[in-house]
Amino acid sequence: MSYLLAHPGAVAMLALAHLALVAAALATALTIALPFGVAIARNERASSIGLGVLGALYTIPSLALLALLVEVVGLGPAPVFVALVIYAQFVLVRNVVAGVRAVDPAQRDAALGMGMSALQRIGRVELPQALPVIVGGVRIAAVAMIALATLGGYVGAGGLGSLIFIGFTLHHQGEIVAGSIVACTLAVGVDIALRMLERLTRTNQKVQREA
Amino acid sequence: MSGASIAFLHASARYEGAAQLAVDDASLEVQPGEFIALVGPSGSGKSTLLRTVNRLVPLERGRIEIDGIDTAGLDPVVMRRGIGYAIQAVGLFAHMNVASNIAVVPSLLGWDRARIDARVDEMLELVRLDPARYRARLPSELSGGEAQRVGVARALAAYPRALLMDEPFGALDAIVRHALQRELHEIVRTAGTTTLFVTHDVNESLLLADRIAIMRNGRIEQCASPHDVLAHPASDYVRELFAADDAVAQIRAQAGKP
Repeated sequence: MSYLLAHPGAVAMLALAHLALVAAALATALTIALPFGVAIARNERASSIGLGVLGALYTIPSLALLALLVEVVGLGPAPVFVALVIYAQFVLVRNVVAGVRAVDPAQRDAALGMGMSALQRIGRVELPQALPVIVGGVRIAAVAMIALATLGGYVGAGGLGSLIFIGFTLHHQGEIVAGSIVACTLAVGVDIALRMLERLTRTNQKVQREA
Repeated sequence: MSGASIAFLHASARYEGAAQLAVDDASLEVQPGEFIALVGPSGSGKSTLLRTVNRLVPLERGRIEIDGIDTAGLDPVVMRRGIGYAIQAVGLFAHMNVASNIAVVPSLLGWDRARIDARVDEMLELVRLDPARYRARLPSELSGGEAQRVGVARALAAYPRALLMDEPFGALDAIVRHALQRELHEIVRTAGTTTLFVTHDVNESLLLADRIAIMRNGRIEQCASPHDVLAHPASDYVRELFAADDAVAQIRAQAGKP
């Protein structure tokens, strides 16, 4: 605790860098997962193959993946960024697929029969309806990514992990505690914020399910 | 605006992978403004026949002409915007309010805001829902009858020249159903919209239709006026279908009401 109280500015900078890395990776992961999930959701076979491959990637131990990525893209934030994007795919794509599939068949039929193009059906009907489930996936992915990103301390990615890593090396309890507490706080804070967003998007959905 | 003519010319269709044809060599010429009921038990192909018109189900053989133009040569997305579509499950978009639902096709067609707003109010009044009270409601806040009224308003909002309805009133209780049947009848007669109406309720077909097409195993068994279907059934199947509910007695009873 003493380190945290003595250097609040330095810890805050590390926390910001940590969040920035996670946010960038999450944004990138979503731009891949959204179109990919929508594309495979329509097809049973494509979904099971796509989710199977992503599930397999998800099971690779994170430290092993990180070590492998250092070989490919070098030290610094790059390997952590890539690892976060890869890990997030499984949760994000799974929820996009589940959300799109849960759209009421009658609304699908109406959208098609009234003359919406494929893109209009996705943009105006399927994604808006799948939104709460997708936000749920974003929440789970974001929390996991905040935890995972602390491993970046080992590869010089910056962020709160570097604080914990330095603490381990120098046997300074203060840095370890500061890094861990702030990382936990970030995870809980992001979880609460996204939970509220999820609930906001779900109020619409919940009423409609009862109809 | 007058209705379109719709001609089925030896139309056949089957669902992907199915051994049997769902629609088998159907030929039928629907006149502009005519109201045709497609009647038959489930599995007889009436819904499939309806869905071949806006190409939700592709034809395997034969063709369908709307106003003399083969629909196979049209862009299905563009074509569907000109054909009203209403189904039993209604399918109102749950994340949009009533006004936005009714505005779907006009907005797909690129109408300006003021014209859409005016049309939404006009349609709500047409289906007897107070615009001030209903515009901003979500589908979840409507009763079954109200939802189907909105469904009808949505189907007719962009002045379609043809209207396809698949058991639109099938899930409603008798009182609401009768009210909606009368209103629909008046609306499409006034607008002159050519209407294809799928129902398994023979009484509904007798009440609403100019001609009734009776389907069996994907084929059109008979297509004739309600009077001729009752007086001159083409087969025992037709006779039994219309006798099963004691339709004559019921239509006489109905005729006594406005």
